[in-house]
Amino acid sequence: MSVVTLTINQQMITANAGDTILQAAKDAGIKIPTLCYLDGLSAHGGCRICLVEIAGSTKLQPACFMKVAEGMQINTETHKLKEYRKMIVELLFAEGNHTCSICVANNHCELQAMAMAVEMDHDRFDYIHPPKEIDISHQRFGIDHNRCILCTRCVRVCDEIEGAHTWDVAGRGGLAKVIADLDQPWGEADSCTSCGKCFMACPTGAIFQKGDSVAQTEHPRNKLESLVMAKDKKQWHV
Amino acid sequence: MLKIDLEEIASKEIAARKPNRIHCCTAAGCLSAGAEEGFEQFQKEVDRLGLTDTVQVAKVGCMRLCCQGPLVKVQIADSTNSPFPIEDKHGTIQNNNQIEILFHQVHAESAKSIVAGFTGQKVEAVRGDFQSPFFQNQVSVILDNSGNVEPERIESYIAAKGYKGLYQVLHHFSLDEVIHEITRSGLRGRGGAAYPTGIKWGTVAKNKSEKKYVVCNADEGDPGAFMNRSLLESDPHRVLEGMAIAGYALGSSQGYIYVRGEYPLAVQRLQIAITQANRLGILGTRIFGTPFDFRIDLRTGAGAFVCGEETALMASIMGQRGTPTPRPPYPAEHGLWGMPTLLNNVETYGNIAAIIRNGSDWFAGMGTQTSKGTKVFCLTGNVVNTGLVEVPLGTPIHKIVYDIGGGAVEGNTIKAVQTGGPSGGCIPAEMFDVPVDYDSLAKLGSILGSGGMIALDNTNRMVDVARFFMQFCMDESCGKCIPCRAGTVQIHRLLRKILAGSADHADLDRLEQLCVMVKDTSLCGLGQSAPNPTLSTLKYFRSEYESLLKESDSTQRINLPLLCSSAQMGNQEQLSAETKGS
Repeated sequence: MSVVTLTINQQMITANAGDTILQAAKDAGIKIPTLCYLDGLSAHGGCRICLVEIAGSTKLQPACFMKVAEGMQINTETHKLKEYRKMIVELLFAEGNHTCSICVANNHCELQAMAMAVEMDHDRFDYIHPPKEIDISHQRFGIDHNRCILCTRCVRVCDEIEGAHTWDVAGRGGLAKVIADLDQPWGEADSCTSCGKCFMACPTGAIFQKGDSVAQTEHPRNKLESLVMAKDKKQWHV
Repeated sequence: MLKIDLEEIASKEIAARKPNRIHCCTAAGCLSAGAEEGFEQFQKEVDRLGLTDTVQVAKVGCMRLCCQGPLVKVQIADSTNSPFPIEDKHGTIQNNNQIEILFHQVHAESAKSIVAGFTGQKVEAVRGDFQSPFFQNQVSVILDNSGNVEPERIESYIAAKGYKGLYQVLHHFSLDEVIHEITRSGLRGRGGAAYPTGIKWGTVAKNKSEKKYVVCNADEGDPGAFMNRSLLESDPHRVLEGMAIAGYALGSSQGYIYVRGEYPLAVQRLQIAITQANRLGILGTRIFGTPFDFRIDLRTGAGAFVCGEETALMASIMGQRGTPTPRPPYPAEHGLWGMPTLLNNVETYGNIAAIIRNGSDWFAGMGTQTSKGTKVFCLTGNVVNTGLVEVPLGTPIHKIVYDIGGGAVEGNTIKAVQTGGPSGGCIPAEMFDVPVDYDSLAKLGSILGSGGMIALDNTNRMVDVARFFMQFCMDESCGKCIPCRAGTVQIHRLLRKILAGSADHADLDRLEQLCVMVKDTSLCGLGQSAPNPTLSTLKYFRSEYESLLKESDSTQRINLPLLCSSAQMGNQEQLSAETKGS
């Protein structure tokens, strides 16, 4: 496999041709913030948090999709990008019903962490306060659509790692939501194997373990990571 | 497959024609105005008066002046010896002894009277004017057959030189020659992005693959746009022929037409056209006796605007949820089922056969340096004449709005035109000298887009126009990327706040920042272009926004009716209103 050299934030790095910008940056120890991306799953390109500037291109490109090329000059921390990221996070908070103080995932939430990372001290947009459902029909888990940011990690992990494809997205625009099977209560979805991978992958408190109280939910991401290691790299943790 | 003779079919068809013909428009516009009733009456009367040997009634396609529908064109071969009373020849088209008369708003009564005209009686019907500026300033390339050819009969299309282009390429052109000819013509994609068609074809052709696909994007969804619909309903074979030529040039044997489900008549006529072409061996296997196979199938959309975006459209064809995916990879390389795929608009395919038949030089002779050929526009809104307009690219806007469109209705003045639908922008009346081509409109912050052109006059509030289009984008956002899903909702809220008179300067700044952000960060064309109507009205009509702010002098506020009442506001807004109990 050929190797290319490129710069990210003026730092010269090498990368395998065919890698995404996100992968190349990660290998070089440069952090590009992401929200919908999760290692081991296919890229989604929906959150737009990982957008980067590429010299010579007028369009911002998602680092999770865009492949590296020889001589590419990438900037990930310009004023414009930082401002856009902040606005995206503000839009997410305004769009759903995110109240950290009463959320099971408080202190363990990627949306909350992202808000702090982009230094969001208030929301410039009106809160929409949409009425959304909570489904606790499953024996072990629940899904609170109020906290869902539609990153579709649950959809992808269920399809690509577990192979069940219980989750999918229905509706459009602000009415889009993840559904179990044919929009049934989760507990009645026949395809669900109750493996819990959606719970492991969820970045917020949207998919939670029943019985967890405020700030108790910690998504066991390490379990998912070892599965991905085994699947992609044939390395098994015993 | 049997070798068929196009000439033979054409001459048989022409020989079977009666000397007098009544052409009834049966495209959606006239049908909704009641054309079916007129058509039935024509047939009944012709039978009743025993005129079946001399008068023929035909269902044809769009005759452009939709606002005066149902339209009927009467063609009399031998006008000097015809009993039809035509003392007043004003507004007719005369060709040797043949004469064509246009009638407006033809319903049962006037239909009866027109037929009675062939027995020498006085005709009581509203006469149209073929010599009016509306018709005289237009050209006929794509709409050449509209109003003349019967869309549900392939013989009628063949008699109008149909499928000659396909025959020609199959027998006399190499694959490269077809692509070369299209490239030389300078044709650019008519769907909105204006990518050079020849280059696109060349890219797909160069991508080696066992299987390739040719796709026609007929998911026309812009409010105020109906040119693809009209073409499909008036002349479906033209599109099939263009696709088959593309299939030959690219080495593809399968085509799909993705047509929106809201166009049932277009679906029906396409289906009829495909069946007829298959039966004659013009589509299917061993076309015209050559080794070329090409099959066309229909796929209907289920009502999502975003499926007009090419990656979403392909997902929908493959049976998946119609959401866009980031490009690259482009469809030319990685399209349907991972194979190289050509995606072009209906109107782009509509040009192909004419370019092959008449040569690329003929096509390149029309239009401007960078925008060749003609374009069909849908002129709607507050002008006198609304309907379908075909003009060479580069025609100044004022010619379209004032000469063809007849200007504003009495007492009003035209303020702007909105081009390109929800992805486009507004062009103020002061700039109407600008030629309508891809590059000039882009410079003004609008786009030519697929060809929607909505005239706005002094009774329209520009903020309200911006809000209308933003609501459309908000309702049609697929929900995949955050800037489009949540950003359009917030822009819409801010526009409503301004309209309600409760916004301040900070809101206006926020609106502008948000528009720029949504434009820069959205995943697909829908989100990237959704802020255009707002940004362009902010650019040219900022004072209208400012006059509505809280700080402004309230006596100067414009008080005009809104495009849609609060009861019709979008879904999300309703939801939030419900929760807030307001």
